[in-house]
Amino acid sequence: MNVSETSVKWILWIVLTTIAGIWLGYSMLSDSADKTIFMPGALSPGHHQLAEACDACHADAFGGGEVLQQSCVDCHGQDRVKPFDSHPAKKFKDPRNAELLESIDALKCVSCHTEHRVEITVKDGVTQPDDFCIHCHKDVADERPSHEGMGFDTCKDSGCHNFHNNRALYTDFLIKHLDEPPTMKEVVLPAKEYLSVIDEVVEYPRERYPLVSLEEKDIDAAERFDIKPEVKKDWLETAHSKSGVNCTACHVTKDAEGGENWDDHPEHTACASCHSVEVERFTEGKHGMRLKQGLSPMTPGKAMLPMKEDASHEMLTCSSCHGAHRFDVITAAVESCLACHDDDHSLAYQQSPHYELWQKEVSGEAEAGSGVSCASCHMPRISYDVSEWSSRIIVDHNQSANLSPNTKMVRSSCLHCHGLAFTLEALTDENMIKNNFTGKPAKHIKTMDLAGKENQRRLKSAAEDEDASMFGF
Amino acid sequence: MKNMKHKLKRNLMIGTAVTTIAAATVVSAQVSDATVSVKAMADALHLVMDSDRSVYTKKIVNRLVKKEKVIKASEHFEDEKALVLPAQMFRFGSELAAKRAEKLDDVNFSYTLQSLWPINKQNAPKTEAEKAGLKYVAENKGKNYYTTEKLGGVNYFTAVYADTGVAPVCVSCHNEHPDTPKKDFKIGDVMGGVVIRIPVED
Repeated sequence: MNVSETSVKWILWIVLTTIAGIWLGYSMLSDSADKTIFMPGALSPGHHQLAEACDACHADAFGGGEVLQQSCVDCHGQDRVKPFDSHPAKKFKDPRNAELLESIDALKCVSCHTEHRVEITVKDGVTQPDDFCIHCHKDVADERPSHEGMGFDTCKDSGCHNFHNNRALYTDFLIKHLDEPPTMKEVVLPAKEYLSVIDEVVEYPRERYPLVSLEEKDIDAAERFDIKPEVKKDWLETAHSKSGVNCTACHVTKDAEGGENWDDHPEHTACASCHSVEVERFTEGKHGMRLKQGLSPMTPGKAMLPMKEDASHEMLTCSSCHGAHRFDVITAAVESCLACHDDDHSLAYQQSPHYELWQKEVSGEAEAGSGVSCASCHMPRISYDVSEWSSRIIVDHNQSANLSPNTKMVRSSCLHCHGLAFTLEALTDENMIKNNFTGKPAKHIKTMDLAGKENQRRLKSAAEDEDASMFGF
Repeated sequence: MKNMKHKLKRNLMIGTAVTTIAAATVVSAQVSDATVSVKAMADALHLVMDSDRSVYTKKIVNRLVKKEKVIKASEHFEDEKALVLPAQMFRFGSELAAKRAEKLDDVNFSYTLQSLWPINKQNAPKTEAEKAGLKYVAENKGKNYYTTEKLGGVNYFTAVYADTGVAPVCVSCHNEHPDTPKKDFKIGDVMGGVVIRIPVED
């Protein structure tokens, strides 16, 4: 039987189409299959780690824009409220602002942060042209004559405004910080307070592990474990043994039936039983965001920033920076960072005045809180609302929340030691960022000059009012 | 005979049950069908807002700031560790109400505090109804202003109520604020207005 060429082509076409259909269907429906084949364009630097987790954003196959919007809010909603968002959604839900939405739909995150469009994505994941402020603020000079003649592209990222967080820049705040020296006389960073507020930490397992100092004889790991001397030493010399945190506190985990199992390598979930806020923040930043989505831990090899080659396969969990058993926060604050990060700013740190201060603190030559480590600025100690009703000082393990735009760092980090004028100028000077803030800023930022002028106007106006009332006008 | 008695008893029970269910249905229908006019709803909302606002201004801000002098009130209440200003307390309440109303199918309204002499320029009237309403309540003391308007394709019943400077702190703070466009308010002056909006069908 002769089969015509056309028939062969048909058969081939059907077979190939069926294979492709099965493969695509399997990729689409299987939880474990690679779905990147369906991606319409590369992800922005903010989300690139999540390429394997489409459902992190596309949470429901049958929803529209509201599903995506909810996904944005689920991860970033908190940043839109705290510390202060000058363009919160609630402002645009007011019917009197309905006409503003015709220019830019500020109720939807994707109006300015469209994903899968790297070709038009600029800093901070923005996909709007530079002139977006002008849609609503073209008459700014009527209200603020000092802004007369300023170009549409000078609003943001020049030591002045940013859309979501203007906290460092409101006029009264600038006036309060006029005439400050570049570096203050007394400089001390906020101190730790976990131990003093531990009573308020609801999840703390205080009944099983009371706050008492433990010794070698108290070790509760089964005898079959031959504990290495250095592990014992690390534990005995550090905070966990001194606060009643025994071996089983971290190494014993509960399974679904409530049975207890020994775990040789506890994950971040074990740390969360006492340090839940720190772990939660860690999984919201770039170090831990993959864990939040159930993916394998982040590795430096996957990063977009320059990283050390020999650290490429290091899995980022709590112990990769803190080390197990010793949990040394001094190592975690500098050495752990520099073991991976290999960009100019990181490489210049050990030649910077900040590092000099850090060495003095670590050696005991200077008081606690006077040194500046990587973590002092990038994982600062901040007052954080741990619940709706209480706040405490935490080390913010979401370093991404305090990074870009870098004016986010003004209050949480820089102002503890530096004047506002110097801070704004240093943060806008690319060279200073590169050399890790060695030397002086080269550029002058007008922000504080404008605040100074406004202050003069206010003083003059108040003096005139006083004269008027003295003479009974 | 016994059987008849039993039947009667059963019928009576059924009758009572039916009547009770019917009565309950009528009552619940009356409750869910009972309506108030949009104007009465706006007036009632305003009465609650204005009362809470007066209590906060008098019993918290004026008492602690002016009488007992133990704390400041500041628009930068977080930075200054101070009380929130009465106008901010009003706005925060308005924003929370809007957020909570989103989850309730049959509750839909919004309200703002505005002024012809606003310290924060965003609180100046924007729509024609707001402009006319704020002017009307300032010029006609004791009277409210009611109208309808269309915003973003939705029709609204819009009511404007005068907001009067009741305490010395209201007047002194507004007169002395660096951004104020008016420096000669006196106690009892209309300083602004509350605008309440309720969406209505065409």
